[in-house]
Amino acid sequence: MPKVKGKVTFKENLCKGCGLCVSVCPTKIISLDKEKINEKGYHPATIKEMDKCIGCANCATMCPDVVITVERMTE
Amino acid sequence: MAVVFEKTKGLTDAQTHYCPGCTHGIVHRLVAESLEELGVLDEAIGVAPVGCSVLAYKYFNCDMHEAAHGRAPAVATGIKRVHPENFVFTYQGDGDLASIGTAEIVHAAHRGEKISTIFINNAIYGMTGGQMAPTTLIGQKATTAPYGRDKEHCGMPLKMAEMLATIDGAQFVERVAVNTPGNARKAKKAIKKCFQTQIEGKGFGIVEVLSTCPTNWGYTPVEALKWLEENMIPYYPLGNLRTPEEVE
Repeated sequence: MPKVKGKVTFKENLCKGCGLCVSVCPTKIISLDKEKINEKGYHPATIKEMDKCIGCANCATMCPDVVITVERMTE
Repeated sequence: MAVVFEKTKGLTDAQTHYCPGCTHGIVHRLVAESLEELGVLDEAIGVAPVGCSVLAYKYFNCDMHEAAHGRAPAVATGIKRVHPENFVFTYQGDGDLASIGTAEIVHAAHRGEKISTIFINNAIYGMTGGQMAPTTLIGQKATTAPYGRDKEHCGMPLKMAEMLATIDGAQFVERVAVNTPGNARKAKKAIKKCFQTQIEGKGFGIVEVLSTCPTNWGYTPVEALKWLEENMIPYYPLGNLRTPEEVE
């Protein structure tokens, strides 16, 4: 089976730090960035190890603020 | 790289006023995506309710109208009868639809108005500060039920979807939830079928969406999803209660 790689981009300043995306990520790579505070005053969601992303779009499906865009590439 | 998920044209760029983790945002997106995918975004006229989603007219990228508390189905009836070629939907919460607006929704369904209703059931009055709603569960605490809802005093929670499914004019009735990505995808399918019912002129359609209110329930957004699954779904079972044959 070809390996599917995903790429997720966050519109950081729209994030309310609710953590729903963190809770539904099957690869557990999303976290709230405690070193950053966005325009709204929340710790925005971020991905540190993007190469582990499988592009399933679970995070985007559950994001209430449509912060997330998902791209997918098959190698 | 192929984009598999991006923001729909059905939503404006306005940032929502909803609390962090409120599932209203998810349902807004599902409705907007459905409008876009069914190609009715340009003809759509939405009616916003009173409640947390009172500002929904700022978020949907179509014509919108505000209604008095609970009267969205009555306003939608007027709009649809004057503009039968347009697609008309209402977006209402449980304080709006299941309490003050019960007469309007029952009779809109009874008359078989060709409109669609998205009903958000989060078992509480959100905007006014967490008072008990008709849909609040037995034992669930609210500011007006500090020891939890008591059956003897307040009766059982109202099951709107089951009630409306007994009405002949209500052609599409389904209850869905948005507590998991899987359920959210199913919810979108139900919303599209509901909209299809109107597009094909079959009659009234309603989708009840079990939703969370982390702020007034007193949980984190993630705990609230779990609470919904463990407490709301057993009392409000998910599933289709009525579908017109051709839409299936």
